[in-house]
Amino acid sequence: MNWLKSHKNDLLLTAALLVLGGALALFLFATRRDGGTVRVQVDGCTELELPLGEDARILLGEGGEFTNLLVIENGAARIVEANCPDQICVNHGAIRYEGESIVCLPHRLVVSVEGGGENPVDGTAR
Amino acid sequence: MKPEKVAQYGLLTALALALSWVESLLPPLGVPGVKLGLPNLAIVFALYRLGFKDAWAISLARVVLVTLLFGNGAALAYSVAGAALSLGLMGLLKKTGKFSSVGVSVAGGVAHNGGQILVAMALLETARLAWYLPVLWVSGTVAGVLIGIVAGVLVKRVPEIK
Repeated sequence: MNWLKSHKNDLLLTAALLVLGGALALFLFATRRDGGTVRVQVDGCTELELPLGEDARILLGEGGEFTNLLVIENGAARIVEANCPDQICVNHGAIRYEGESIVCLPHRLVVSVEGGGENPVDGTAR
Repeated sequence: MKPEKVAQYGLLTALALALSWVESLLPPLGVPGVKLGLPNLAIVFALYRLGFKDAWAISLARVVLVTLLFGNGAALAYSVAGAALSLGLMGLLKKTGKFSSVGVSVAGGVAHNGGQILVAMALLETARLAWYLPVLWVSGTVAGVLIGIVAGVLVKRVPEIK
């Protein structure tokens, strides 16, 4: 009890930060929309745009030093394989909502889901 | 500079470096960037024991050494941004005298993740990393609490080097 009292400010700060983080997550979650296209950017330049609705399997950076294997399946995009050291892009998992992205920092690659999809997702549609 | 101080700098820098290495050995926690921030233990300790400027020097030395040993150039930019923002805020909060090491470390954890994301957004010229923000925000808070508690105990229990 004493500890709680002497750390009141710490607890308030922690609680405030958690609430803010939660609010931010809730906001992003509530405003999410199904995406329509997948955009592939390297070094900030758009290299490729693909429809999210069509299954595809594309080796990004083929023939070059940096490769990432992009797979679009069931309306979601993910990186299945990459020769980057951290494998963060591979571990990221699939993206399907507008504004979601997979980043491969070592390859300066951003795969993002853009708009053009259906209406905002509601509870019943899932 | 007194030799005792030099020794403490070296000790804490080595400790921060070792903790970075230990953290790199831990299994990934699901989302990239979500981590405990073990090296911050040494930095918070330095902040309380030695002071703001000294913690700053140790933090910078750690970031540069970690980048040289395990990282790459791009990683340096966002590591420095994270470390600088984090330490700046921690120093500020400590100065107000209203927070213990827990509050200070929580602010540091959130600022560290926030700084890294901001630089990553700038480097990649994209605003698309926004989705990471809430996840890293909350994980930074939780990690900050844990590190702050441990650092507080250490500052109290570890005897001063005179």
